[in-house]
Amino acid sequence: MSEVTRVSPNSTDTLVAVLGAGVMGTGIAATVAGHGIPVVVLDSDPGVLDQAAERIDRQLRHARLMGALPAELPPGPITMTTRYDAASAATTVVEAVTEQLESKTKALNSAATTVGPATPLISNTSGIPIDELATGLLQPERLVGTHFMNPPYLIEQVEVIRGRRTSPATMASLHDFLGRLNRRGVLVRDSPGFVTSRLLHAMLNDAASIVGEGIADAETVDGLMQGCLGHRTGPLRTADLIGLDNLVDSLDALYERTGELRYRPCPQLRSMVRKGNLGRKAGKGFYEY
Amino acid sequence: MTSSDQLTDQQSAHTEQDLVSYLTGRLKTEVAAAQDLFDTGLVSSMFAMELVVYLEQCYEVAIVGPDLKLKNFRSARSMAALVHRLKTTVTPDAGAG
Repeated sequence: MSEVTRVSPNSTDTLVAVLGAGVMGTGIAATVAGHGIPVVVLDSDPGVLDQAAERIDRQLRHARLMGALPAELPPGPITMTTRYDAASAATTVVEAVTEQLESKTKALNSAATTVGPATPLISNTSGIPIDELATGLLQPERLVGTHFMNPPYLIEQVEVIRGRRTSPATMASLHDFLGRLNRRGVLVRDSPGFVTSRLLHAMLNDAASIVGEGIADAETVDGLMQGCLGHRTGPLRTADLIGLDNLVDSLDALYERTGELRYRPCPQLRSMVRKGNLGRKAGKGFYEY
Repeated sequence: MTSSDQLTDQQSAHTEQDLVSYLTGRLKTEVAAAQDLFDTGLVSSMFAMELVVYLEQCYEVAIVGPDLKLKNFRSARSMAALVHRLKTTVTPDAGAG
């Protein structure tokens, strides 16, 4: 009778590769490392990687402050690199590059050819349909969507999107991965914007429009949504947290695929992105940071 | 044994007042010294981290390990107490004699 081998929570065989060192890439890396799992963070820009290392450190501290990490578990080692071959031993890949089909396809294919053939490819896309994204990949069955929230280390629930061609093996790998991160996956069908972005981003677009039209300022809009309707953060502060450039990209992707006018980024958002007022990460958006 | 700069109770109270002023200005609303900022919904978890960084930079302390707990940042009073404790922690001499 063969002995059953259990993988310990800190198995040295596990390595997660995160593609993209932006706000979500670093947050996901912090979540992974904070659960004792080694992580490699890839980005093509060395300047972004330098900032990312500091950001991950801050995010890990934030997670500890909020009691969101397993106590007494030392963080997994974190490697920052511009080279895909540094991630060749990865057992899971999480893609968190910019919200554009071409960028995501390129990153996922680069990773897919570097890591092992059974390694699942998890895209953190907030709204590009998984089957559409899978079309550009050599092995579409390896792709699954997992939309992490912001900040990923504080919000346990994640949106999971199975593409038409996603294999049962990929789903099983994802299930294990989320279990080790103590994240709770909620499965939805593949479609533009899935559930959370489709609902939220249209609302954020409208909130920005209200400010642009001079109906109310940002603090008033957020205050009303918080005070009257129980919205935790306020839509405009949420938009700042997402990053207005990311929000516009997501809205463009939704508008392109549905043709619905509510997804067309409003002039206020476009203007702010043009001026570089991207929100929290830029120090200024609807609010100053 | 040597110690870092000593802070008297008066200075601790001064720290508390400084923090009340900082929070009032930052949050654009009157804040009381013992008011729980999180229970009263005044601040978010993102702001909690800003407070950590602010205390470290303003008072030149390092907040690590067991001190990095939300309970230490719930009010101006608890933050002042944390700063006071960190500033008055006695450090052993490297080579006594």
